[in-house]
Amino acid sequence: MEEHYRHLYEALSQVDGYIYPNEIDLHWGLMIVLYPYITGLVAGAFILASLERVFNVKVLKPTYGLALLTALAFLFVATLPLVSHLQHPLRAYEILMTPNPTSAMAIFGFVYLWYLMVVLLLEIWFDYRLDFVLWSKKSTGFKKYFYKIITLGIHDTDEKSAKIDDKLGYFITVLGIPSAFLLHGYVGFIFGSIKANPWWSSVLMPVIFLFSAMVSGIALVMIIYMVVSWIRKVKIDMPCLDTIAKYLFYILIIDFTLESLDQIHRIYEAEESFDIIKVLVSGKLNITLLVMQVILGTIIPLIIIGIFQIYKPSEKIRKAAYFFVGIIVLIGIFFMRWNVVIGGQLLSKSLSGFTSFNAVYSGMEGYLMAAVWLILPLFILTFLLWLMPPWKKVTTHE
Amino acid sequence: MGPKRIENKRRKFFQTSAALIGGTLLYSLIKPFEALAQPKEEEDPKIDKADLPLWGMGVDIEKCIGCGKCAEACKIENNVPIEPFYFRTWVEQYTVKKNGEVKIESPNGGIGGLKQSVPDEDIFKSFLVPKLCNHCTKAPCVQACPVGATYISPDGVVLVDETYCIGCSYCIQACPYGARFMNPVTKVADKCTFCYHRITKGLQPACVEACPTDARIFGDLRDKETDLVTFLQENPTEVLKPHLNTHCRVFYNGLSSEVR
Repeated sequence: MEEHYRHLYEALSQVDGYIYPNEIDLHWGLMIVLYPYITGLVAGAFILASLERVFNVKVLKPTYGLALLTALAFLFVATLPLVSHLQHPLRAYEILMTPNPTSAMAIFGFVYLWYLMVVLLLEIWFDYRLDFVLWSKKSTGFKKYFYKIITLGIHDTDEKSAKIDDKLGYFITVLGIPSAFLLHGYVGFIFGSIKANPWWSSVLMPVIFLFSAMVSGIALVMIIYMVVSWIRKVKIDMPCLDTIAKYLFYILIIDFTLESLDQIHRIYEAEESFDIIKVLVSGKLNITLLVMQVILGTIIPLIIIGIFQIYKPSEKIRKAAYFFVGIIVLIGIFFMRWNVVIGGQLLSKSLSGFTSFNAVYSGMEGYLMAAVWLILPLFILTFLLWLMPPWKKVTTHE
Repeated sequence: MGPKRIENKRRKFFQTSAALIGGTLLYSLIKPFEALAQPKEEEDPKIDKADLPLWGMGVDIEKCIGCGKCAEACKIENNVPIEPFYFRTWVEQYTVKKNGEVKIESPNGGIGGLKQSVPDEDIFKSFLVPKLCNHCTKAPCVQACPVGATYISPDGVVLVDETYCIGCSYCIQACPYGARFMNPVTKVADKCTFCYHRITKGLQPACVEACPTDARIFGDLRDKETDLVTFLQENPTEVLKPHLNTHCRVFYNGLSSEVR
């Protein structure tokens, strides 16, 4: 408590202009920056997997299983920063038991469960079921028991059952696309529907969140594919990588266009809140918005991949460039979430001043905890890849 | 393994899954009936709301002297932490300078009295604005609360159920007036209740009672005989941020356009 007060007194001394006295404390910190970031990675990775399966982009096949497992690994973690930020985390289940139907936040639990249980787990299960049966016969120890249990007692290995798996898997992927849109568009709505906050309140917010989610998810799978190939010492499928980068390029253009549209609209309408937003963008968010999000996270990647669309240098250069682009895109999208979540709370609803954000290193809301939530999914992914490696699959869908 | 056997197996699998899902659904259906085992005081649908008072407040800006007694009384009455980050009510001092610049201040919410920091010769005009929860009829905080822990009482007061709030802060984000805060002791959202524990006993809210100039007028909006209704009748009143369509029940007389 003393520590918290000390923190607030420090923030009080850094107030710019006038803010309402209750606004000194930022109620949503780093954890709420992570929440849309991680959820976005899930939605984006899933959509990349769907590109291959539903939209028949066969060249992406090497990343299909990887993208699904990445989505799953991050989805397991998605709610943890959210729950840990609650002042009463033990009451979190009330969101599921007694949801308020008018609350944009209340539906999250259901959207999340739908996505985890119905979409991702089922799709992966149908994709792997036959392999589980076959692997359970060959493996020993923990793996054997895991595979046996996870087959849920269905040991058929004939062609007919494989066909049914494939059909149902396809059906779920089709269902999964609107679900992924729902999952992340909805996260954008949580912010976009707050009329009290002029920086958040925008009808474009869900769409922007959706496209930035796709951008980050694709960039993540691209990097993971390269790293996993490098660890396994197998050759990277260049046409596949080039295609991922191409999609990244297109979707990044759409994302950038939408975000620009949102800003141009604000500038042109120049409503009551515009004066303060102008100061916010050019001052407090100068580095995180203009440098990190726009220049580093958007313009540089667009230039690099854009050049590759016309002129293709050697594979080695392309690989290095894709890796670099993947990293800076991920950084850029992280700061996009930062600018929304933190930026929106820096400006006072009195439209007359700003508070400041001083992140801490330790504690539940600190940088260290944030790093844990970002690294944990990678460990889960490593475990999943060990347990059910997509490259050892006997069967693949048509 | 003939085709028939496969079908049986699949059927069995689907039956098991259906049983599991059905069981979960059934449990969630039963959940509301827990109220039978642990009776809760629910709102009685038979009570006609028109029989109840509809609480509201009038604020006469011209009468406020910025002594901050209201904010102080509120903190004492409602056990609000004394640190200068938590206020159920506070007083803002607006100073329009001759060069057109507007200076707004509210050090410690006005507790201890507001002092003018701008030299007299630079002042075009100055006034004081007491702020509190506006008890919106269409409250954005009530709309946003994911679990329904914040609600509008039948007599029109926006309240928080402390035993129910999960502390997500979404209501604080949704409030356009900065009237809510996270209580560091109870760890739930906190706000002005119009001193609900007092008004239901026929007393006035603490801030109203403490005000030496009667700048705050509290009363029942339905009762046409109250001072509040007379105040609304005799003065051109306005609510804060009317464009947000929250239908506030705190009305200001003498509200200048600088006030947000």
